[in-house]
Amino acid sequence: MDKFMFGRYIPGHSWVHKLDPRAKLVMSFMYIGVVFFANNFWTYLVMTALLLVSVLATAIPIGVFLRGLIPLFWLMIFTVLIQVFFGAGGHVYWQWGWLSVTHNGLTSAGLILMRFVLIILISTILTFSTQPLAIADGIESLLSPLRKLHFPVATLALMLSLALRFVPTLMDEAEKIMNAQRSRGVDFGAGGLRQRIKTIVPILIPLFVNAFNRAVDISTAMEARGYQDGEQRTKYRQLKWQRADTISFIVFVISLSAVIVIRYMS
Amino acid sequence: MAIIQVKNLSYKYHNSDTLAVDDVSFDIQAGDWVAIVGHNGSGKSTLAKLLIGLMPAQEGVITIDGQELSEQTVWQIREKVGMVFQNPDNQFVGATVADDVAFGMENRQVDRETMQERVTYALKQVDMLDYQQREPANLSGGQKQRVALAGVIAIAPKILILDEATSMLDPRGRREILQTIKRLKDELNLTVLSITHDIDEAASADRILVIDDGHFIEEDDPNSIFSHGSALIEMGLDVPFSEKLKLALSTRGLDVPATYQDEGSLVDWLRTLRSTK
Repeated sequence: MDKFMFGRYIPGHSWVHKLDPRAKLVMSFMYIGVVFFANNFWTYLVMTALLLVSVLATAIPIGVFLRGLIPLFWLMIFTVLIQVFFGAGGHVYWQWGWLSVTHNGLTSAGLILMRFVLIILISTILTFSTQPLAIADGIESLLSPLRKLHFPVATLALMLSLALRFVPTLMDEAEKIMNAQRSRGVDFGAGGLRQRIKTIVPILIPLFVNAFNRAVDISTAMEARGYQDGEQRTKYRQLKWQRADTISFIVFVISLSAVIVIRYMS
Repeated sequence: MAIIQVKNLSYKYHNSDTLAVDDVSFDIQAGDWVAIVGHNGSGKSTLAKLLIGLMPAQEGVITIDGQELSEQTVWQIREKVGMVFQNPDNQFVGATVADDVAFGMENRQVDRETMQERVTYALKQVDMLDYQQREPANLSGGQKQRVALAGVIAIAPKILILDEATSMLDPRGRREILQTIKRLKDELNLTVLSITHDIDEAASADRILVIDDGHFIEEDDPNSIFSHGSALIEMGLDVPFSEKLKLALSTRGLDVPATYQDEGSLVDWLRTLRSTK
């Protein structure tokens, strides 16, 4: 579990850490959108430069970011190889049966790899520098225009924040159940696929039953504390848009528009 | 004046044949600390849920602070009553300590400045101010219950109901939270109704209400209740340590006093016994 860095939050006090989650969410989405416009050396140069500046601004060592790429390593290799061997068109360097390495194949493989890395890194910046709660707040705030369409934004936000709050609790519980079942002789991770799936059942069922009981308790406690679904509530936590957000946002908008301009100029 | 009045209250779960609460009536005076005791499954927790309308009773009338509980008044009544439940994890709604304390106020549409003030105030009262930004996963059971208590204080209720609030805590956490509640009760002029089978918690109450299998058995002050000694044990209840010692002494032929004595007065009695021998 410790090696799995993707989607983690790393506490800090950097420029990026202090940004408004809404700003970070929007900037990440814009960046991911524009990645697909980038198609030549100069556009990728701008994209990479923007990413590097953001990475540096998080004050998190680059090694940690690279470790975030490890779980997706095989997926990257797989897509790149498919592109290399099945890409058609341009100068043919090598051919064997229906496999061929062509100029276009190599270029598109390079592009895909580049896009992969850029998208993963920008989302890693978001998750490394933003608490899950702040992300939930940001999503709620960004979705709030949907209220006009009678979309239950507040309910969704409460569900999201409750879900996030119970992730560690449920993880603890799963661990406890696993150990309890181990002590009764269940051998996890042994045997073939069928056997392994069978050993999951004694974890899953108690976990589900407990989750149901928990849900009943929580809803009782919430009701006792005056929660009425669909009623207006005030909010304790508030997001504040600051100057740093505006500055970062402008930097992103300018750089990303530059990418699009370069693409259509050349 | 009685702040809680319960008259002929009955409740039956739809999948059960017997009444969980059977024709129970009692009054609780404002400012009192009342403990409801009874063995597991005697209907105590059901009673607590009925009191704030989490379940509708089939029969009987509940009046809280002059207002009769009904579908129309249930939310107004919940404004006046704060409740702390048993499981520390399953009542922690907020993402952090401060958020959890604010939850009840958010529901009452308190504005943000007031909320911030009251969160600080409530956390200071339970001595958890330094933990404001902590997440529940990093808190002990006793700390979570203190946060739950702070959430109740923040809405300034008149009545505090503890539904076995200390039963999942270790002895130290239990002592700490009871001390805090005792202090708050006097400072905020609360009426406390504690549902418990912890005998020390019951012993610190002004009055004790005994419930057995949904029936109301009796109501009296702790001294009189505990002097029943063995009758309580037969009901599946525990008795304080001093009472157990008295029972053990009487089976060994010692002529122990019939009235209830706490540990201090029992020690005194033993001393005088020794000196007169």
